[in-house]
Amino acid sequence: MMELVCPAGTPTALRAAVEAGAHTVYCGFADESNARNFPGLNFSRAELAEAAAFAHARGAHVYVAINTFPRAGAQQIWHRAIADAETCGADAVILADLGLLAYAAERHPKLRRHLSVQAAAANPDAINLYASAFGVKRVVLPRVLSVQEITAINREIDVETEVFVFGGLCVMAEGRCSLSSYATGLSPNMNGVCSPASHVDYRDQGDTQEARLGGFLIHKTPKGGVSPYPTLCKGHFVSPDHKGNAIDGHLFEDPVSLDATELIPQLQKAGVKALKIEGRQRSRAYVAQVVRAFRAAVEALEADQPMPAGLLRQLTEGQAATTGAYRKTWR
Amino acid sequence: MAVRMDLTVGPIAFFWDAERVREFYRGLAKAPVARVVIGEWVCSKRLPFWRHEIPDAIAALQQAGKEVALSTLALITLVRERKDTAELLDMGLPVEVNDLSALYHIPEGTPFQVGPMVNVYNEGTLQWLAQRGATRISLPPELPLASVAALAEAGRKAGVAVEVWGHGRVPLAISGRCYHARLHGRSKDSCQFVCGDDPDGRDVDTLDGQKFLTVNGVQTLGRTVTTAARQIGELEAAGVASLRLSPHIGDFAGVARAWAQALAGDREALLPALDRLLPDAIFSDGFLAGRAGASMGEAVA
Repeated sequence: MMELVCPAGTPTALRAAVEAGAHTVYCGFADESNARNFPGLNFSRAELAEAAAFAHARGAHVYVAINTFPRAGAQQIWHRAIADAETCGADAVILADLGLLAYAAERHPKLRRHLSVQAAAANPDAINLYASAFGVKRVVLPRVLSVQEITAINREIDVETEVFVFGGLCVMAEGRCSLSSYATGLSPNMNGVCSPASHVDYRDQGDTQEARLGGFLIHKTPKGGVSPYPTLCKGHFVSPDHKGNAIDGHLFEDPVSLDATELIPQLQKAGVKALKIEGRQRSRAYVAQVVRAFRAAVEALEADQPMPAGLLRQLTEGQAATTGAYRKTWR
Repeated sequence: MAVRMDLTVGPIAFFWDAERVREFYRGLAKAPVARVVIGEWVCSKRLPFWRHEIPDAIAALQQAGKEVALSTLALITLVRERKDTAELLDMGLPVEVNDLSALYHIPEGTPFQVGPMVNVYNEGTLQWLAQRGATRISLPPELPLASVAALAEAGRKAGVAVEVWGHGRVPLAISGRCYHARLHGRSKDSCQFVCGDDPDGRDVDTLDGQKFLTVNGVQTLGRTVTTAARQIGELEAAGVASLRLSPHIGDFAGVARAWAQALAGDREALLPALDRLLPDAIFSDGFLAGRAGASMGEAVA
């Protein structure tokens, strides 16, 4: 069966995910060492040890994401996170930074290393480099590849691949984007946050509601209607051409989220080992519902049954979902 | 005592026709810069239109005493792009790696350079790259001064020259999707090279008219001209070896001369000179200052 890798931002979400059928849960420490560094989220050392014991007792695995890029002069925070993940019983650490991968390979050789999506390894050469230099066993593929490209990559590599199938959708190469810090000073790479809530401002202007990020207007919606979270790359902007004609719209991506449920059979044929669900910032109830639905999907696949479609539509951001780059419509 | 910094000109980010490329490098050969990185950085589909200009440009730059390095693409995905990357090494010039996968083609110990699209955020990464053969690293533009200083120190110990973004619209993101094509309702494969209409990129403004971003094919840049003009002293004191100037249309050789004069000591004159050369530019230095990248801090007293 394809491995389901599910998010947990809190110990209760982790337990809910395991009980709902997650094969694996991924989480992070409550500091800047992981890419979901949100207030009130993530695990202390004691919580992680307890969570790992809980998961292991039920046959599930725990991966620890240490996937931001260590700050110069403060690398010990990230080094300690790796040591503590191993002590707490993590089954793997998910890393993105070259220096941190080198450190983990040298100091913690027995701890399984996965390559984070934040490393943006988008072709076989990159993946083979990480595999040979650091003994990486699995790579989480960026959300900018089509199923055909994933198939081709798997033919040229020996490590396992894991892909995102549900949740937030990055349209830029992940780990290589500083749009957020350009507008707010805080970035996924350095601070573990993208378009952070601390820099969001909603304001009523007549009949419309404005959502700003770092002072920049990201979108306007009718007052009382649904206002999507102002993630920078999902914003509504205007682009004037050199003749003065302007195009306006969601120039990078609509406020949609990823739902590749219907592509799961193709992803399996493409050689993908594990399916990943985004959303460590989500509630326990959300996580349980999504995990149950995806467990049903991988069970159906195993039994040669069709994929249950649209199961999760109501859970997607702004009520709209896309299969992202997987369908090759970008190219 | 701090060693004086020099200037590096990065690869052209935009889709310029062959004639514009020829003129640009002809002018640059006479400009006071120490080295030039040349090559297609953003989209491999553009390369056939100007590739034939590269040998002459290299010859002219080298004849003028400049070091020349070849840039890889910033996002390598296609088989053809991987092959092109491997072949860059055969040209006998140092390669600037802007997608880490290029390292796969560089034998261990062969000297190479690292461009601003590779994530070098800390000493551990710098040291690993140095051991692998890196001699020069141009840091990611989002780094604040404190990180730059720590990395310049690590670079000094490891024998790696550290370079910082000095001037130009700063690269913020790269995607598998072409936003120029998307603006015209097209996909990347059927783009009809619309990015060629915008030799300095295409503006992306907010709904209330604020200048915000720049689209350049698969790349997204800031709309401001990111400048290290007010941090020259601190960067020099930190041991930074070079500042990168990123090509734009207009009097770029003039921009390079203004920078060279500032590095020679006349720092006060730089921003006013840039204002004269680029009357429509909005300047920013928030990244170095540790704030929002688009912001420009108060003038230093």
